[in-house]
Amino acid sequence: MTSLMDHQARETVGYSFSESTAGVKQHGFYPYTDNGGSTLGITGSDFAILAGDTRSTSGYNINSRMVPKVFKIGGDDETGEGATIVLSVVGFAADGNALKERLDTVVKMYKYQHGKPMSVSACAQRLSTILYQKRFFPYYVHAILAGLDEEGKGALYSYDPVGSYEREQCRAAGAAASLIMPFLDNQVNFKNQYIPGSGEGHALAAKKPEPLPLETVKGLVRDAFTSAVERHIEVGDNLQMVIITKDGIEEVYHPLKKD
Amino acid sequence: MPGFDFSNYNRNAALHARGVPLPKATSTGTTIVGCIYDNGVVIAADTRATSGPIVADKNCEKLHYIAPKIWCAGAGTAADTEFTTALISSNVELHSLSTGRDPRVITCMTMLKQHLFRYQGHIGAYLVVAGVDPTGVGLYTVHAHGSTDKLPYVTMGSGSLAAMSVFESMWQPDLNKEGAIALCSEAIKAGIFNDLGSGSNVDVCVIEKDKPTQLLRNYEKPNERGLKERNYRFPRGTTAWLNQKVISKEDMKKYVTIETLSGDDNLAAGEKMEVDV
Repeated sequence: MTSLMDHQARETVGYSFSESTAGVKQHGFYPYTDNGGSTLGITGSDFAILAGDTRSTSGYNINSRMVPKVFKIGGDDETGEGATIVLSVVGFAADGNALKERLDTVVKMYKYQHGKPMSVSACAQRLSTILYQKRFFPYYVHAILAGLDEEGKGALYSYDPVGSYEREQCRAAGAAASLIMPFLDNQVNFKNQYIPGSGEGHALAAKKPEPLPLETVKGLVRDAFTSAVERHIEVGDNLQMVIITKDGIEEVYHPLKKD
Repeated sequence: MPGFDFSNYNRNAALHARGVPLPKATSTGTTIVGCIYDNGVVIAADTRATSGPIVADKNCEKLHYIAPKIWCAGAGTAADTEFTTALISSNVELHSLSTGRDPRVITCMTMLKQHLFRYQGHIGAYLVVAGVDPTGVGLYTVHAHGSTDKLPYVTMGSGSLAAMSVFESMWQPDLNKEGAIALCSEAIKAGIFNDLGSGSNVDVCVIEKDKPTQLLRNYEKPNERGLKERNYRFPRGTTAWLNQKVISKEDMKKYVTIETLSGDDNLAAGEKMEVDV
Protein backbone atom coordinates (compact mmCIF):
# COMPACT_ATOMS: atom_id res chain seq x y z
CA MET A 1 0.00 0.00 0.00
CA THR A 2 2.88 2.39 0.80
CA SER A 3 4.41 1.96 -2.63
CA LEU A 4 1.07 2.68 -4.26
CA MET A 5 0.70 5.90 -2.29
CA ASP A 6 4.26 6.96 -3.20
CA HIS A 7 3.50 6.40 -6.83
CA GLN A 8 0.36 8.53 -6.61
CA ALA A 9 2.32 11.37 -4.98
CA ARG A 10 5.14 11.31 -7.51
CA GLU A 11 3.09 11.32 -10.67
CA THR A 12 0.16 13.38 -9.34
CA VAL A 13 -2.38 11.42 -11.35
CA GLY A 14 -2.57 7.64 -11.16
CA TYR A 15 -5.19 7.33 -13.86
CA SER A 16 -3.92 7.46 -17.41
CA PHE A 17 -5.81 5.32 -19.83
CA SER A 18 -4.40 6.73 -23.07
CA GLU A 19 -1.96 9.48 -22.24
CA SER A 20 1.23 7.37 -22.38
CA THR A 21 1.64 8.00 -26.12
CA ALA A 22 -0.05 11.41 -26.06
CA GLY A 23 1.07 13.87 -28.70
CA VAL A 24 3.59 11.66 -30.50
CA LYS A 25 2.33 9.94 -33.65
CA GLN A 26 3.64 6.40 -33.47
CA HIS A 27 4.61 4.58 -36.62
CA GLY A 28 4.67 0.84 -36.62
CA PHE A 29 5.58 -2.10 -38.81
CA TYR A 30 3.82 -5.30 -37.84
CA PRO A 31 5.31 -8.17 -39.84
CA TYR A 32 3.34 -10.85 -37.98
CA THR A 33 -0.32 -11.88 -37.98
CA ASP A 34 -2.03 -14.74 -36.17
CA ASN A 35 -3.95 -17.04 -38.50
CA GLY A 36 -5.52 -19.12 -35.72
CA GLY A 37 -6.19 -22.83 -36.00
CA SER A 38 -4.87 -25.75 -34.01
CA THR A 39 -2.73 -28.83 -34.53
CA LEU A 40 -2.24 -32.04 -32.61
CA GLY A 41 0.11 -35.02 -32.76
CA ILE A 42 -0.02 -38.43 -31.05
CA THR A 43 2.33 -41.42 -31.41
CA GLY A 44 1.75 -45.15 -31.03
CA SER A 45 4.06 -48.18 -31.04
CA ASP A 46 4.23 -48.34 -34.85
CA PHE A 47 2.57 -45.16 -36.09
CA ALA A 48 2.34 -41.40 -35.60
CA ILE A 49 -0.60 -39.11 -36.30
CA LEU A 50 -0.43 -35.40 -37.04
CA ALA A 51 -3.68 -33.51 -37.40
CA GLY A 52 -4.84 -29.94 -37.84
CA ASP A 53 -7.95 -27.98 -38.74
CA THR A 54 -7.99 -26.25 -42.13
CA ARG A 55 -9.45 -22.85 -41.17
CA SER A 56 -7.35 -19.73 -41.72
CA THR A 57 -8.50 -16.61 -39.89
CA SER A 58 -7.59 -13.00 -39.36
CA GLY A 59 -9.48 -11.24 -36.59
CA TYR A 60 -13.17 -12.14 -36.87
CA ASN A 61 -12.80 -13.05 -40.57
CA ILE A 62 -12.25 -16.38 -42.28
CA ASN A 63 -9.53 -16.12 -44.97
CA SER A 64 -10.19 -19.65 -46.19
CA ARG A 65 -11.90 -22.84 -45.05
CA MET A 66 -9.28 -25.05 -46.73
CA VAL A 67 -5.70 -24.22 -45.84
CA PRO A 68 -3.92 -27.40 -44.69
CA LYS A 69 -1.43 -27.03 -41.83
CA VAL A 70 0.19 -30.48 -42.06
CA PHE A 71 2.84 -31.03 -44.73
CA LYS A 72 4.82 -34.00 -46.04
CA ILE A 73 8.54 -33.25 -45.91
CA GLY A 74 11.14 -34.47 -48.41
CA GLY A 75 8.80 -36.19 -50.90
CA ASP A 76 9.79 -37.04 -54.48
CA ASP A 77 7.30 -34.66 -56.14
CA GLU A 78 4.90 -31.80 -55.30
CA THR A 79 2.26 -34.28 -53.98
CA GLY A 80 4.76 -35.38 -51.31
CA GLU A 81 4.81 -38.97 -52.62
CA GLY A 82 7.62 -40.99 -51.06
CA ALA A 83 7.96 -38.80 -47.95
CA THR A 84 8.46 -40.38 -44.52
CA ILE A 85 8.45 -37.23 -42.37
CA VAL A 86 5.53 -34.89 -41.67
CA LEU A 87 5.57 -31.33 -40.32
CA SER A 88 2.69 -29.33 -38.88
CA VAL A 89 2.88 -25.59 -38.38
CA VAL A 90 0.41 -23.32 -36.62
CA GLY A 91 0.52 -19.62 -35.84
CA PHE A 92 1.55 -17.21 -38.60
CA ALA A 93 0.71 -19.06 -41.83
CA ALA A 94 3.21 -17.21 -44.05
CA ASP A 95 6.10 -18.15 -41.73
CA GLY A 96 4.71 -21.67 -41.54
CA ASN A 97 4.88 -22.02 -45.31
CA ALA A 98 8.36 -20.53 -45.48
CA LEU A 99 9.54 -22.94 -42.77
CA LYS A 100 7.96 -25.92 -44.52
CA GLU A 101 9.62 -24.98 -47.83
CA ARG A 102 13.02 -24.60 -46.12
CA LEU A 103 12.85 -27.91 -44.29
CA ASP A 104 11.56 -29.71 -47.40
CA THR A 105 14.53 -28.41 -49.41
CA VAL A 106 16.98 -29.38 -46.68
CA VAL A 107 15.64 -32.95 -46.45
CA LYS A 108 15.72 -33.34 -50.25
CA MET A 109 19.32 -32.02 -50.45
CA TYR A 110 20.33 -34.50 -47.74
CA LYS A 111 18.91 -37.37 -49.78
CA TYR A 112 20.62 -36.23 -52.99
CA GLN A 113 23.98 -35.78 -51.29
CA HIS A 114 23.98 -38.88 -49.07
CA GLY A 115 21.90 -41.25 -51.19
CA LYS A 116 19.67 -42.20 -48.25
CA PRO A 117 16.62 -40.61 -46.64
CA MET A 118 17.13 -38.40 -43.59
CA SER A 119 16.21 -39.95 -40.23
CA VAL A 120 13.50 -38.26 -38.16
CA SER A 121 15.93 -37.55 -35.32
CA ALA A 122 18.36 -35.84 -37.72
CA CYS A 123 15.53 -33.86 -39.30
CA ALA A 124 14.33 -32.86 -35.81
CA GLN A 125 17.77 -31.48 -34.88
CA ARG A 126 18.05 -29.67 -38.24
CA LEU A 127 14.62 -28.04 -37.76
CA SER A 128 15.73 -26.79 -34.35
CA THR A 129 18.79 -25.20 -35.97
CA ILE A 130 16.70 -23.56 -38.69
CA LEU A 131 14.42 -22.04 -36.06
CA TYR A 132 17.27 -20.81 -33.85
CA GLN A 133 19.02 -19.18 -36.81
CA LYS A 134 16.18 -16.71 -36.75
CA ARG A 135 16.42 -16.16 -32.97
CA PHE A 136 15.96 -12.38 -33.27
CA PHE A 137 13.32 -12.36 -36.03
CA PRO A 138 11.62 -15.69 -35.39
CA TYR A 139 9.35 -17.84 -37.50
CA TYR A 140 6.11 -17.12 -35.58
CA VAL A 141 4.99 -20.74 -35.46
CA HIS A 142 4.57 -23.69 -33.14
CA ALA A 143 5.90 -26.63 -35.15
CA ILE A 144 5.40 -30.35 -34.61
CA LEU A 145 7.45 -32.93 -36.52
CA ALA A 146 6.43 -36.58 -36.81
CA GLY A 147 7.67 -39.80 -38.39
CA LEU A 148 8.96 -43.24 -37.44
CA ASP A 149 12.29 -43.65 -35.62
CA GLU A 150 15.10 -46.13 -36.45
CA GLU A 151 13.25 -48.87 -34.51
CA GLY A 152 10.01 -48.22 -36.39
CA LYS A 153 8.32 -46.64 -33.38
CA GLY A 154 6.22 -43.50 -33.71
CA ALA A 155 8.32 -40.37 -33.17
CA LEU A 156 6.99 -36.89 -32.37
CA TYR A 157 8.99 -33.72 -31.77
CA SER A 158 7.46 -30.40 -30.72
CA TYR A 159 9.11 -26.97 -30.99
CA ASP A 160 8.77 -23.47 -29.66
CA PRO A 161 9.19 -20.59 -32.18
CA VAL A 162 12.96 -20.27 -31.56
CA GLY A 163 13.95 -23.93 -31.72
CA SER A 164 13.67 -25.42 -28.24
CA TYR A 165 12.46 -28.97 -28.86
CA GLU A 166 11.58 -32.20 -27.15
CA ARG A 167 10.45 -35.70 -28.15
CA GLU A 168 6.98 -36.46 -26.76
CA GLN A 169 4.12 -38.96 -26.92
CA CYS A 170 1.55 -36.28 -27.67
CA ARG A 171 1.29 -32.53 -28.15
CA ALA A 172 -1.39 -29.98 -29.02
CA ALA A 173 -0.44 -26.59 -30.46
CA GLY A 174 -2.09 -23.40 -31.65
CA ALA A 175 -5.23 -21.50 -30.69
CA ALA A 176 -7.00 -24.35 -28.91
CA ALA A 177 -3.86 -25.96 -27.41
CA SER A 178 -4.94 -24.97 -23.91
CA LEU A 179 -8.26 -26.73 -24.50
CA ILE A 180 -6.88 -29.91 -26.11
CA MET A 181 -3.64 -30.53 -24.14
CA PRO A 182 -5.32 -31.31 -20.77
CA PHE A 183 -7.59 -33.77 -22.57
CA LEU A 184 -4.54 -35.48 -24.07
CA ASP A 185 -2.74 -35.59 -20.71
CA ASN A 186 -5.74 -37.41 -19.30
CA GLN A 187 -6.57 -39.72 -22.22
CA VAL A 188 -3.09 -40.52 -23.63
CA ASN A 189 -0.82 -40.34 -20.58
CA PHE A 190 -3.68 -41.20 -18.16
CA LYS A 191 -2.84 -38.24 -15.87
CA ASN A 192 -5.10 -37.99 -12.81
CA GLN A 193 -6.35 -41.52 -13.39
CA TYR A 194 -5.78 -44.22 -10.77
CA ILE A 195 -6.49 -47.95 -10.74
CA PRO A 196 -9.70 -48.48 -8.74
CA GLY A 197 -9.17 -50.51 -5.56
CA SER A 198 -5.36 -50.73 -5.96
CA GLY A 199 -4.70 -49.21 -2.54
CA GLU A 200 -5.69 -46.68 0.10
CA GLY A 201 -4.57 -43.02 0.15
CA HIS A 202 -1.00 -42.57 -1.16
CA ALA A 203 -0.74 -46.29 -1.92
CA LEU A 204 -3.34 -45.97 -4.68
CA ALA A 205 -1.57 -46.87 -7.95
CA ALA A 206 -1.61 -44.45 -10.88
CA LYS A 207 -2.77 -45.79 -14.24
CA LYS A 208 0.38 -46.43 -16.32
CA PRO A 209 0.51 -44.94 -19.82
CA GLU A 210 1.01 -47.41 -22.66
CA PRO A 211 1.05 -46.94 -26.46
CA LEU A 212 -2.53 -46.79 -27.76
CA PRO A 213 -3.85 -48.63 -30.82
CA LEU A 214 -4.35 -46.64 -34.05
CA GLU A 215 -8.16 -46.74 -34.04
CA THR A 216 -8.30 -45.42 -30.44
CA VAL A 217 -5.95 -42.56 -31.33
CA LYS A 218 -7.97 -41.64 -34.44
CA GLY A 219 -11.08 -41.45 -32.24
CA LEU A 220 -9.29 -39.25 -29.68
CA VAL A 221 -8.05 -36.88 -32.39
CA ARG A 222 -11.52 -36.48 -33.92
CA ASP A 223 -13.13 -35.97 -30.49
CA ALA A 224 -10.43 -33.44 -29.52
CA PHE A 225 -11.15 -31.39 -32.63
CA THR A 226 -14.96 -31.60 -32.60
CA SER A 227 -14.79 -30.43 -28.96
CA ALA A 228 -12.28 -27.62 -29.66
CA VAL A 229 -14.57 -26.40 -32.46
CA GLU A 230 -17.42 -26.09 -29.93
CA ARG A 231 -15.49 -23.69 -27.67
CA HIS A 232 -12.91 -21.89 -29.84
CA ILE A 233 -14.01 -19.52 -32.59
CA GLU A 234 -10.80 -19.86 -34.65
CA VAL A 235 -11.04 -23.65 -35.04
CA GLY A 236 -13.33 -25.28 -37.58
CA ASP A 237 -14.26 -26.13 -41.20
CA ASN A 238 -12.26 -29.34 -41.82
CA LEU A 239 -9.97 -31.75 -39.98
CA GLN A 240 -6.84 -32.90 -41.80
CA MET A 241 -5.36 -36.13 -40.39
CA VAL A 242 -2.03 -37.51 -41.57
CA ILE A 243 -1.15 -41.03 -40.44
CA ILE A 244 2.44 -42.25 -40.75
CA THR A 245 3.05 -46.03 -40.73
CA LYS A 246 5.72 -48.33 -42.20
CA ASP A 247 3.47 -48.67 -45.28
CA GLY A 248 3.63 -44.94 -45.99
CA ILE A 249 1.64 -41.81 -45.30
CA GLU A 250 -2.15 -41.73 -45.38
CA GLU A 251 -4.00 -38.42 -45.48
CA VAL A 252 -7.70 -38.10 -44.63
CA TYR A 253 -10.06 -35.14 -44.36
CA HIS A 254 -13.12 -34.99 -42.13
CA PRO A 255 -15.71 -32.16 -42.05
CA LEU A 256 -15.96 -29.95 -38.93
CA LYS A 257 -18.58 -27.34 -38.00
CA LYS A 258 -18.42 -24.18 -40.13
CA ASP A 259 -19.82 -21.53 -37.73
CA MET B 1 -30.26 8.53 -11.85
CA PRO B 2 -29.03 6.31 -9.08
CA GLY B 3 -27.10 3.37 -10.37
CA PHE B 4 -23.42 2.75 -10.90
CA ASP B 5 -20.96 2.39 -8.03
CA PHE B 6 -17.71 4.22 -8.77
CA SER B 7 -16.00 3.55 -5.41
CA ASN B 8 -13.26 1.36 -6.94
CA TYR B 9 -12.58 3.80 -9.79
CA ASN B 10 -9.38 5.38 -8.44
CA ARG B 11 -7.93 2.08 -7.29
CA ASN B 12 -8.62 0.45 -10.67
CA ALA B 13 -7.27 3.44 -12.59
CA ALA B 14 -4.05 3.29 -10.53
CA LEU B 15 -3.73 -0.44 -11.15
CA HIS B 16 -4.39 0.06 -14.85
CA ALA B 17 -1.72 2.75 -15.06
CA ARG B 18 0.72 0.25 -13.54
CA GLY B 19 -0.04 -2.26 -16.26
CA VAL B 20 -2.83 -4.39 -14.79
CA PRO B 21 -5.21 -5.10 -17.67
CA LEU B 22 -8.96 -4.49 -17.42
CA PRO B 23 -11.03 -7.62 -16.82
CA LYS B 24 -12.55 -9.14 -19.96
CA ALA B 25 -16.32 -8.73 -20.22
CA THR B 26 -18.47 -11.31 -21.98
CA SER B 27 -19.29 -9.80 -25.31
CA THR B 28 -22.01 -10.84 -27.66
CA GLY B 29 -19.78 -10.35 -30.73
CA THR B 30 -22.92 -10.84 -32.61
CA THR B 31 -25.11 -10.77 -35.66
CA ILE B 32 -28.49 -9.09 -35.10
CA VAL B 33 -30.93 -7.96 -37.77
CA GLY B 34 -34.38 -6.48 -38.23
CA CYS B 35 -36.71 -6.09 -41.20
CA ILE B 36 -40.20 -4.60 -41.61
CA TYR B 37 -42.91 -6.21 -43.74
CA ASP B 38 -46.45 -5.30 -44.85
CA ASN B 39 -48.12 -5.97 -41.47
CA GLY B 40 -45.35 -5.93 -38.86
CA VAL B 41 -41.65 -6.37 -38.12
CA VAL B 42 -39.22 -9.25 -37.64
CA ILE B 43 -36.00 -9.19 -35.62
CA ALA B 44 -33.48 -12.03 -35.38
CA ALA B 45 -30.18 -12.88 -33.67
CA ASP B 46 -27.54 -15.60 -33.48
CA THR B 47 -26.92 -17.31 -30.11
CA ARG B 48 -23.13 -17.24 -29.55
CA ALA B 49 -21.57 -15.30 -26.63
CA THR B 50 -17.78 -14.95 -26.59
CA SER B 51 -15.00 -13.94 -24.23
CA GLY B 52 -12.03 -13.21 -26.50
CA PRO B 53 -11.65 -16.23 -28.80
CA ILE B 54 -13.49 -18.54 -26.40
CA VAL B 55 -17.18 -19.35 -26.78
CA ALA B 56 -18.74 -18.45 -23.39
CA ASP B 57 -22.30 -19.55 -24.22
CA LYS B 58 -23.35 -21.62 -27.23
CA ASN B 59 -27.06 -20.85 -26.95
CA CYS B 60 -27.60 -17.46 -25.29
CA GLU B 61 -30.65 -15.23 -25.78
CA LYS B 62 -30.04 -11.90 -27.48
CA LEU B 63 -33.69 -11.02 -28.08
CA HIS B 64 -34.86 -8.97 -25.12
CA TYR B 65 -38.40 -8.12 -24.01
CA ILE B 66 -39.24 -4.41 -23.65
CA ALA B 67 -43.05 -4.47 -23.83
CA PRO B 68 -45.50 -7.06 -25.21
CA LYS B 69 -45.21 -5.55 -28.69
CA ILE B 70 -41.73 -4.00 -28.46
CA TRP B 71 -38.64 -6.21 -28.52
CA CYS B 72 -34.95 -5.49 -28.69
CA ALA B 73 -31.97 -7.36 -30.16
CA GLY B 74 -28.68 -6.63 -28.39
CA ALA B 75 -25.02 -6.70 -29.46
CA GLY B 76 -21.92 -5.53 -27.60
CA THR B 77 -21.16 -6.09 -23.92
CA ALA B 78 -23.60 -8.78 -22.74
CA ALA B 79 -24.26 -7.24 -19.31
CA ASP B 80 -24.89 -3.79 -20.81
CA THR B 81 -27.48 -5.03 -23.33
CA GLU B 82 -29.17 -7.09 -20.60
CA PHE B 83 -29.37 -4.34 -17.96
CA THR B 84 -30.12 -1.46 -20.34
CA THR B 85 -33.06 -3.29 -21.94
CA ALA B 86 -34.36 -4.39 -18.51
CA LEU B 87 -34.16 -0.80 -17.20
CA ILE B 88 -35.90 0.70 -20.23
CA SER B 89 -38.50 -2.09 -20.12
CA SER B 90 -39.39 -1.08 -16.53
CA ASN B 91 -39.57 2.61 -17.41
CA VAL B 92 -41.64 1.92 -20.52
CA GLU B 93 -44.13 -0.03 -18.40
CA LEU B 94 -44.36 2.76 -15.80
CA HIS B 95 -44.79 5.30 -18.59
CA SER B 96 -47.55 3.21 -20.16
CA LEU B 97 -49.32 2.88 -16.80
CA SER B 98 -49.13 6.63 -16.12
CA THR B 99 -50.36 7.64 -19.58
CA GLY B 100 -52.87 4.83 -19.92
CA ARG B 101 -51.71 4.21 -23.48
CA ASP B 102 -49.81 1.41 -25.24
CA PRO B 103 -46.07 2.20 -25.35
CA ARG B 104 -44.56 3.44 -28.61
CA VAL B 105 -41.36 2.20 -30.24
CA ILE B 106 -40.10 5.76 -30.77
CA THR B 107 -40.54 6.47 -27.02
CA CYS B 108 -38.51 3.41 -26.14
CA MET B 109 -35.83 4.31 -28.70
CA THR B 110 -35.61 7.87 -27.31
CA MET B 111 -35.29 6.60 -23.72
CA LEU B 112 -32.52 4.22 -24.81
CA LYS B 113 -30.53 6.84 -26.73
CA GLN B 114 -30.79 9.40 -23.91
CA HIS B 115 -29.62 6.81 -21.38
CA LEU B 116 -26.71 5.68 -23.60
CA PHE B 117 -25.66 9.22 -24.58
CA ARG B 118 -25.47 10.20 -20.91
CA TYR B 119 -22.83 7.48 -20.44
CA GLN B 120 -20.78 8.63 -23.46
CA GLY B 121 -20.39 5.13 -24.95
CA HIS B 122 -19.11 3.51 -21.73
CA ILE B 123 -22.29 1.42 -21.69
CA GLY B 124 -21.44 -0.84 -24.62
CA ALA B 125 -24.96 -1.63 -25.81
CA TYR B 126 -25.67 -1.77 -29.56
CA LEU B 127 -29.37 -2.39 -30.11
CA VAL B 128 -32.00 -3.06 -32.72
CA VAL B 129 -35.38 -1.85 -31.38
CA ALA B 130 -38.50 -3.10 -33.12
CA GLY B 131 -42.22 -3.14 -32.48
CA VAL B 132 -45.76 -2.28 -33.38
CA ASP B 133 -47.62 0.59 -31.68
CA PRO B 134 -50.73 2.76 -32.37
CA THR B 135 -48.69 4.83 -34.88
CA GLY B 136 -47.67 1.77 -36.90
CA VAL B 137 -44.55 -0.35 -37.32
CA GLY B 138 -41.21 0.84 -35.90
CA LEU B 139 -37.65 -0.38 -36.52
CA TYR B 140 -34.55 1.44 -35.23
CA THR B 141 -30.89 0.89 -34.44
CA VAL B 142 -29.33 2.51 -31.36
CA HIS B 143 -25.54 2.78 -31.01
CA ALA B 144 -23.66 2.85 -27.69
CA HIS B 145 -22.86 6.58 -28.06
CA GLY B 146 -26.52 7.45 -28.56
CA SER B 147 -26.96 7.83 -32.31
CA THR B 148 -29.99 6.21 -33.93
CA ASP B 149 -31.24 5.19 -37.38
CA LYS B 150 -34.71 4.45 -38.75
CA LEU B 151 -34.62 2.07 -41.71
CA PRO B 152 -36.74 -0.66 -43.36
CA TYR B 153 -33.98 -3.25 -42.79
CA VAL B 154 -31.07 -3.05 -40.33
CA THR B 155 -28.10 -5.11 -39.11
CA MET B 156 -25.71 -4.71 -36.16
CA GLY B 157 -22.83 -6.43 -34.41
CA SER B 158 -19.60 -7.98 -35.72
CA GLY B 159 -21.61 -9.94 -38.32
CA SER B 160 -23.46 -6.84 -39.55
CA LEU B 161 -21.57 -6.70 -42.85
CA ALA B 162 -22.24 -10.35 -43.69
CA ALA B 163 -25.92 -9.91 -42.77
CA MET B 164 -26.28 -6.63 -44.67
CA SER B 165 -24.88 -8.27 -47.81
CA VAL B 166 -27.88 -10.61 -47.70
CA PHE B 167 -30.35 -7.72 -47.23
CA GLU B 168 -28.75 -5.66 -49.99
CA SER B 169 -29.01 -8.51 -52.47
CA MET B 170 -32.39 -10.03 -51.51
CA TRP B 171 -34.54 -7.37 -49.77
CA GLN B 172 -37.73 -6.24 -51.53
CA PRO B 173 -40.14 -3.47 -50.48
CA ASP B 174 -43.24 -5.72 -50.56
CA LEU B 175 -42.26 -8.56 -48.21
CA ASN B 176 -44.89 -10.64 -46.40
CA LYS B 177 -44.42 -12.20 -42.97
CA GLU B 178 -42.96 -15.51 -44.22
CA GLY B 179 -40.64 -13.66 -46.61
CA ALA B 180 -39.39 -11.35 -43.85
CA ILE B 181 -38.73 -14.27 -41.47
CA ALA B 182 -36.86 -16.18 -44.18
CA LEU B 183 -34.81 -13.12 -45.13
CA CYS B 184 -33.86 -12.31 -41.51
CA SER B 185 -32.96 -15.95 -40.86
CA GLU B 186 -30.81 -16.02 -44.00
CA ALA B 187 -29.05 -12.79 -42.91
CA ILE B 188 -28.29 -14.26 -39.46
CA LYS B 189 -26.94 -17.44 -41.06
CA ALA B 190 -24.60 -15.31 -43.20
CA GLY B 191 -23.27 -13.90 -39.91
CA ILE B 192 -23.11 -17.31 -38.22
CA PHE B 193 -21.00 -18.86 -40.99
CA ASN B 194 -18.85 -15.89 -42.09
CA ASP B 195 -18.23 -14.01 -38.83
CA LEU B 196 -16.24 -15.75 -36.09
CA GLY B 197 -17.97 -13.66 -33.40
CA SER B 198 -21.33 -15.18 -34.35
CA GLY B 199 -22.43 -18.81 -34.31
CA SER B 200 -24.77 -21.62 -33.26
CA ASN B 201 -28.53 -21.03 -33.73
CA VAL B 202 -31.02 -18.50 -35.13
CA ASP B 203 -33.55 -16.82 -32.80
CA VAL B 204 -36.45 -14.93 -34.40
CA CYS B 205 -39.12 -12.60 -32.99
CA VAL B 206 -42.19 -11.67 -35.06
CA ILE B 207 -44.24 -8.64 -34.00
CA GLU B 208 -47.43 -8.22 -36.07
CA LYS B 209 -50.32 -5.73 -35.92
CA ASP B 210 -53.34 -7.07 -33.95
CA LYS B 211 -51.64 -10.42 -33.26
CA PRO B 212 -49.71 -11.71 -30.24
CA THR B 213 -45.92 -11.46 -30.52
CA GLN B 214 -44.19 -14.72 -31.42
CA LEU B 215 -40.73 -15.48 -30.01
CA LEU B 216 -39.35 -18.27 -32.18
CA ARG B 217 -36.47 -19.45 -29.96
CA ASN B 218 -33.96 -21.56 -31.94
CA TYR B 219 -36.01 -21.08 -35.14
CA GLU B 220 -33.12 -22.75 -36.99
CA LYS B 221 -30.35 -24.97 -35.59
CA PRO B 222 -27.79 -25.28 -38.39
CA ASN B 223 -24.88 -26.20 -36.08
CA GLU B 224 -25.80 -29.24 -34.02
CA ARG B 225 -22.91 -31.08 -32.43
CA GLY B 226 -22.27 -34.58 -33.78
CA LEU B 227 -21.88 -37.61 -31.53
CA LYS B 228 -18.53 -38.15 -29.81
CA GLU B 229 -16.65 -41.21 -31.08
CA ARG B 230 -15.43 -42.50 -27.75
CA ASN B 231 -16.99 -42.94 -24.36
CA TYR B 232 -15.40 -40.85 -21.58
CA ARG B 233 -17.11 -42.43 -18.58
CA PHE B 234 -14.52 -43.29 -15.92
CA PRO B 235 -14.80 -46.45 -13.82
CA ARG B 236 -15.83 -45.72 -10.21
CA GLY B 237 -12.69 -45.26 -8.06
CA THR B 238 -10.56 -43.63 -10.80
CA THR B 239 -10.16 -40.38 -8.83
CA ALA B 240 -7.69 -40.42 -5.94
CA TRP B 241 -8.80 -39.33 -2.48
CA LEU B 242 -6.91 -39.08 0.80
CA ASN B 243 -9.74 -39.22 3.31
CA GLN B 244 -13.49 -39.38 3.38
CA LYS B 245 -16.18 -38.14 5.69
CA VAL B 246 -19.73 -39.39 5.46
CA ILE B 247 -22.45 -37.00 6.63
CA SER B 248 -25.65 -38.90 7.25
CA LYS B 249 -29.14 -37.50 6.92
CA GLU B 250 -29.47 -37.89 10.73
CA ASP B 251 -26.41 -35.61 11.26
CA MET B 252 -27.86 -33.03 8.86
CA LYS B 253 -31.14 -32.94 10.77
CA LYS B 254 -29.30 -31.39 13.73
CA TYR B 255 -28.72 -28.24 11.68
CA VAL B 256 -31.46 -28.03 9.04
CA THR B 257 -34.91 -29.40 8.40
CA ILE B 258 -34.98 -32.00 5.66
CA GLU B 259 -37.86 -32.50 3.29
CA THR B 260 -37.70 -35.48 0.95
CA LEU B 261 -38.91 -34.90 -2.58
CA SER B 262 -40.11 -37.65 -4.88
CA GLY B 263 -37.94 -38.45 -7.89
CA ASP B 264 -40.52 -36.80 -10.18
CA ASP B 265 -38.87 -33.82 -11.92
CA ASN B 266 -42.20 -32.00 -12.24
CA LEU B 267 -42.71 -31.93 -8.48
CA ALA B 268 -39.27 -30.54 -7.65
CA ALA B 269 -39.48 -27.05 -6.21
CA GLY B 270 -38.13 -24.04 -8.09
CA GLU B 271 -37.42 -23.41 -11.73
CA LYS B 272 -34.91 -25.70 -13.38
CA MET B 273 -31.75 -23.98 -14.56
CA GLU B 274 -30.88 -24.09 -18.24
CA VAL B 275 -27.74 -26.15 -18.67
CA ASP B 276 -25.29 -26.00 -21.57
CA VAL B 277 -24.87 -29.25 -23.43
